[in-house]
Amino acid sequence: MIEVEHLTKRYGDTVAVEDISFRVERGEILGFLGPNGAGKTTTMRILTGYLPATAGTVRVAGFDVAEQSLEARRRIGYLPEQPPLYPEMTVTGYLDFVARIKGVPAAERRSRVDAAIAMTHLGEYRHELIKRLSRGYRQRVGLAQALVHDPEVVILDEPTVGLDPKQIIEVRHLIKKLRGSHTVILSTHILPEVSMTCDRVIIINKGRIAAVDTPANLTAQLRGGNLVWLELRGDRNGLEQTLRQIAGVRKVSVETLPDGGRMRVAVETEPGSDLRSRIVAAVVGRGWELYELRAVSLTLEEIFLRLTTEETEDTTRASEARA
Amino acid sequence: MRRFLQGVFAIYRKEMGQSLVSPVAYVVLGMFLLIGGLFYYTILTFYMERSLAAGMQAMQFGTPPEVDVPSMTINSLFGVLGQVALFLLPMVTMGVYAEERRRGTIELLMTSPVTDLQIVLGKYLASFSLFLILLLPTLAYHGVLFWKSDPRPPLGILLSGYLGLLLLGGAFLALGSFISSLTESQLIAAVVTFCVALVLWIVDIAGPGAGTTTGELFQYLSVLRHYEDFARGVVDTTSLVFFGSWIALGLFLTLRSLDSMRWRRA
Repeated sequence: MIEVEHLTKRYGDTVAVEDISFRVERGEILGFLGPNGAGKTTTMRILTGYLPATAGTVRVAGFDVAEQSLEARRRIGYLPEQPPLYPEMTVTGYLDFVARIKGVPAAERRSRVDAAIAMTHLGEYRHELIKRLSRGYRQRVGLAQALVHDPEVVILDEPTVGLDPKQIIEVRHLIKKLRGSHTVILSTHILPEVSMTCDRVIIINKGRIAAVDTPANLTAQLRGGNLVWLELRGDRNGLEQTLRQIAGVRKVSVETLPDGGRMRVAVETEPGSDLRSRIVAAVVGRGWELYELRAVSLTLEEIFLRLTTEETEDTTRASEARA
Repeated sequence: MRRFLQGVFAIYRKEMGQSLVSPVAYVVLGMFLLIGGLFYYTILTFYMERSLAAGMQAMQFGTPPEVDVPSMTINSLFGVLGQVALFLLPMVTMGVYAEERRRGTIELLMTSPVTDLQIVLGKYLASFSLFLILLLPTLAYHGVLFWKSDPRPPLGILLSGYLGLLLLGGAFLALGSFISSLTESQLIAAVVTFCVALVLWIVDIAGPGAGTTTGELFQYLSVLRHYEDFARGVVDTTSLVFFGSWIALGLFLTLRSLDSMRWRRA
């Protein structure tokens, strides 16, 4: 659904984003995790066609955002970090305007606006002026704006920043409801947020991708385990079994890569152990082709240290209660 | 084409809606009516007194009266309305882009499936419509003339005067839109627009001091000279081209300014 290839953005001599490539599949929720100033907003602005890239290509639903910008924009809903609201409009009036400029046909406009209002639980405030709404409700109007034309791709820049714990939970709940029907990219600098909402996480730091993984694996790393990455070709079922037999292996997760049966394997091991040579021996011993092996570098941990890993206690508790 | 117009209309509709709930529009309208009405009254009574005096002179010395009150009133009134437009129109355009930039809503517009041209046209047509609304009540002034005066006021001068005023306003609005797109501050946009418009209004006073060619250029650039022709009932092609190209240039520069915003942003 989204294909980003060798994307680079420079402002003069400053490099904001350097050689980023990734894909997002239809219906997936992808999290952009990284400290402030890592290049998250810049990447999202290029994806939405707000900024031109210095180099590289971005395709959304098959349309190049630079060459076929309007076609791509029609398929994207975007919530910038600062919700783009007109305070003197009513909620309905504003969403009606957004539906118009997004090209929603007149016959569907009314029902699309109603649907967006229902999804974001704004029914009570639909005739209220936006300037009279609290911060949390304004954020909801921002979300409704990104959903009103029922876009295939939804891009949310720090959707929960500045909200109180209860509002944060509501927003996350809403994002989770988009899974499957919409392709979502959201950015955050809060680690627990991605584990609660995302299927996959890209960690971005200083304009580069530091890691791509599932939230579960990232959390495991934080708990102190080590991670060894493998890329190989072999028999999937046998693979997990073989690796688990090595003493010190905690968990094995396998992901099949799209090109010709290669697999990417994350092996989580006990803290303080280095099992790399034994893993190689096991793989080669079975006659499988090994393409890559690396232990996750220290820099990732450094990035984690700069992320916000803690949430206020009541948010966590409320999230658990809700789950 | 249909889709293009729908986009323009969506922007236009939003701008009009915002204007009609904004205090600025009503302040401008109120000031325009107040100043316009005041001057209209002053001008009308001034010429009526003059005509009365001329009439009395005629009775004493036997020469026929030569004062055409309606024509002179219309002529002077358009002069005043032009100046009021110079003062007030920068307030109509000051927020057009500056406010979108300050609020970050420009990001919504520029990531929506509308082109920069649709945005610029929608916004320009909206500010022009607001100007038309400002002018509407001034028709009442001429209504009074048509109702009471003898001879009837000359329709030709009236029409050419309005044409001139529309072109003048259109030019100020195009200039103001462009300047508004350069800043996030409405105040800066209004002040700079006013100053630039004022300089273009009176640039011909620099004419006599400069060399012949430069002097002629200054005279050509002077808004006042072109506008005065219209107010006297003269529709000159040079003036039409002058205002037409000014409006086109203003809109073109606004487009370039929106485009460059994408590249400059850090």
